Amino acid sequence: MKTQYYLDYNATTPVDPRVVERMIPFFSERFHNPSSFYHQAGEVMEELDAARVELARLAGANADELFFCGNGTESDNLAIFGTMLQDKKGHLITSAIEHAAVLNSCRQLQKDGYDLTILPVDGHGFVDPDDLRKAMRKDTRLVSIMWANNEIGSIQPVAELARIAHEHGALFHSDAVQAMGKIPVDVQSADVDFLSLSAHKMYGPKGLGLLFKRRGLHLRPLVFGGGHEKGLRPGTENTAAIVGAGEAARLVSTHMREETERVRLWRDDLQTRIEEKIPDILINGDREPRLPNTLNISIRHIEGESILALLETHGLALSSGSACSSKSLDPSHVLLALGRSHEDAHGSLRISLGRFTRREDLDHLMTHLPSTAERLRMISPFWQNRES
Amino acid sequence: MLYSKKVMEQFQKTEDYGRIENADGIGKVGNARCGDVMWIYLKIDNGIITDAKYETFGCVAAIATSSMAMKMIKGRRVEEALEVSNKAVTEALDGLPPEKMHCSVLAEEGIKAAIEDYLNKRST
Repeated sequence: MKTQYYLDYNATTPVDPRVVERMIPFFSERFHNPSSFYHQAGEVMEELDAARVELARLAGANADELFFCGNGTESDNLAIFGTMLQDKKGHLITSAIEHAAVLNSCRQLQKDGYDLTILPVDGHGFVDPDDLRKAMRKDTRLVSIMWANNEIGSIQPVAELARIAHEHGALFHSDAVQAMGKIPVDVQSADVDFLSLSAHKMYGPKGLGLLFKRRGLHLRPLVFGGGHEKGLRPGTENTAAIVGAGEAARLVSTHMREETERVRLWRDDLQTRIEEKIPDILINGDREPRLPNTLNISIRHIEGESILALLETHGLALSSGSACSSKSLDPSHVLLALGRSHEDAHGSLRISLGRFTRREDLDHLMTHLPSTAERLRMISPFWQNRES
Repeated sequence: MLYSKKVMEQFQKTEDYGRIENADGIGKVGNARCGDVMWIYLKIDNGIITDAKYETFGCVAAIATSSMAMKMIKGRRVEEALEVSNKAVTEALDGLPPEKMHCSVLAEEGIKAAIEDYLNKRST
């Protein structure tokens, strides 16, 4: 098989081999349903509790405030619908650059008769706390604003936004799926009420989401069944994935600081090299605070899927915000919210680094990206006929 | 996204791109909003397309269909080129994913627009 140069850590991370090793027994000799009577089952339950403690510690939460569910999307849905559905009507606020899991949940509530305000972001991808203050209403029940953006990496002033929500009697939820594992995420200092996480963005397995729910707060469940997860999210636990996520959390606690430093240096270096080698590019989400591993650029006058396809012939795996890499005709809503034109949004490329990124991955990208851009620009009417 | 071998080959090895100076017919179709823009340039001599080039801003399918369409009309009579349908271009590429069919429509429209431009210029 051809070597893969993987630079798409924001899409998903490989499961750390140490995590895999911890998970394997739970598919075979330790397969037991943790709710069963015999001692083997009880021991599996103890492993789940230990994982919960490890994950809670990472987020600055208490273990009894953390709930397991199917994935990050479900966790977002639980926080949003679980809050709003306690009343027949009400107002909620979110931002224009949320992940689809949040944005489409909010839009569904709007269709169902709830009031929705979508806050804009500035040209660098930040929500202005003053905009939130102005949008707050007497009947605002929930504010949901992401910790860090998955496409451009901008980090929101979560603590300040949560404080504004609370001052007006609303609850605050943050989708921290993309932040956790890359930067410190602490529910205490940020004072959020709900937080969504996903194991597969932090070197754990797919198919495991987490929801932090502050003690004393109530959420209406979305699925009903037995008493698992205190009735908030019933269903037999995904034991292997939970144990794996616990190990993944332990590894993040141990390695994040050193990983972040390395990745940030390489990302900054990469940005400089790209700016030197490729004329007429835009950096999307160019200001701090931003995720240390994420670099999003628009290579003007060419289209993202074509870039991805040419890079893929060299074994490079990346993402684009172009419509063609998804199934809709519209390019990334995040880039449009920054004020990028459709053309520039179609020409975006997201490079995201992580734990197992090697220098040669970046060197390999730099071997092929400038020639790829040049080749596609030769074909593009916008480049050939641009105003110089 | 799964493309046929022929699509990828046409996309990677495309040759007939660029501008034709003093083209006899130019067709500009598509819009950047949807991510596909195609400009077609034709050189026409005695009713025969002697050269055809394209400039395309777009995805793999858009570039591959532009490229294939140029191959299919070069050396053909204008009337014959008007008969080149999006279906024919798609078939020559061993098919396109359903959500990419609009790219082949764009190629057909581009050729028609360029020929129309040629006929308009000639009648004035």
